[in-house]
Amino acid sequence: MCSLEKRGNVWVLTLDGEDPQHRFNPTLIDSLLSALSRLASQATPGSVLLTTGHGKFFSNGFDLPWVRAAAATSSAATDRLQSLVDSFRPVVAAILSLPMPTIAAVNGHASAAGFLLAISHDYVLMRADRGVLYMAEVDLGLPLPDYFAAVMRSKIRSPATLRDVVLGGAKVTAGEAVKMGIVESAHDSAESTVEAAMRLGEVLARRKWMGEVYAEIRKSLNPQACKVLGLSQKAIVSKI
Amino acid sequence: MCTLEKRGPLFVLTLTSEDDEQHRLNPTLLSSLLAALSQVKSQATAATALVTTAQGRFFCNGFDFSWARAAADPHVARLRLRCMSDSLRPVIAVLLSLPIPTVAAVTGHAAAAGAVLALAHDYVLMRGDRGVLYMPELDLGITLPDYFAAIMRAKVAAARDLVLAGRKVRAEEAVEMGIVRSAHDSAESTAEAAMRLGEELARKEWVGEAYAEIRRSLYPEVCDVLGLAPKSFVSKI
Repeated sequence: MCSLEKRGNVWVLTLDGEDPQHRFNPTLIDSLLSALSRLASQATPGSVLLTTGHGKFFSNGFDLPWVRAAAATSSAATDRLQSLVDSFRPVVAAILSLPMPTIAAVNGHASAAGFLLAISHDYVLMRADRGVLYMAEVDLGLPLPDYFAAVMRSKIRSPATLRDVVLGGAKVTAGEAVKMGIVESAHDSAESTVEAAMRLGEVLARRKWMGEVYAEIRKSLNPQACKVLGLSQKAIVSKI
Repeated sequence: MCTLEKRGPLFVLTLTSEDDEQHRLNPTLLSSLLAALSQVKSQATAATALVTTAQGRFFCNGFDFSWARAAADPHVARLRLRCMSDSLRPVIAVLLSLPIPTVAAVTGHAAAAGAVLALAHDYVLMRGDRGVLYMPELDLGITLPDYFAAIMRAKVAAARDLVLAGRKVRAEEAVEMGIVRSAHDSAESTAEAAMRLGEELARKEWVGEAYAEIRRSLYPEVCDVLGLAPKSFVSKI
């Protein structure tokens, strides 16, 4: 599950609930989607999203135990996995089209879909004392869903980094991620990561950007990811 | 010509020098490469990797222009060039669809099609004491085949410097540019490091079908140009 609370101009979306790894199953995905659509409808100039997790994990990706449980056959498991892949797509689409700046405060491990969620934000801050960013698919023997690959390609512009992260399954610490240009800054604890993200959020909030324009500019910077996610560009939006 | 041998977990593909120390790609070498890589593709299992290397001072000096020019008729010379470009395409396509990690040990000059051949591998290691990566097309006044350009766009962040400026890039610079993973002080140490990396990657025992699909998803434009279509969802969950 997740919770959404407003602290000043910053909306804090926290992955919490019973599963300390915040794995994405239909319940968590539904909860994220409704939080994000609520946010999109309540955005005002100066709103900012800060996403973080409670505890040691940001998110450990899709809920593979749920995929494997209650699936008598491997084809039933494949169907469940596919249903997660399909239902997570609008979550990523919602973040990439959210009419406000978005910040992920990565408080711990972010792997596979959890890594994707983090990197879908405009800014990623990460704790350095523990936790890694990790695309586990190659180690799990899973192909990347099209929108995973599209978002990774769009956010990681260095071919060598893209290879190491996606095709090499590198487990990337905050310090390495800063050097790779994936993470904005590394911090020495989960708390200080969230605090730094709050400060960044307040700085961004003061710009009072028009949400609709912000979202369109973001989309124009990530055209391939938006195409795969089915997000179209709107006609010119202007306050001139 | 080239040889293919199995060394433990590694397929080692070597460009050999008996006919041409520059390993220029003419129809004979190209068909020999395609046959070797097709063999790797059919024999690849989890826990294997490919290492491509070359004998002597050259990794590969590109297409065999001397063979093309040997045709007295300029029209025939152009056809020969076209023929080599068409024959390298499936070689690159097989490389990019191999279900195992691929490592190029660039043990000397890699120019034009030779650079493309090297960069089509997942990892490129290069000797630092001599040899350059060089795309001479601009200097020669030839345009790039579509799949050359696609590979360069996908693999080289500073494609302008390499392709549109004809810069000769040594190993250290190539490491800084993110094209080459590591530079080594001789051909032998480059090949050894490539073998070690290949063994390390082989030990991951990645599922070949997923590996090839993930690679494809990273380079969609290259795969489009080469006609490599995505496969349906595979999973061992």
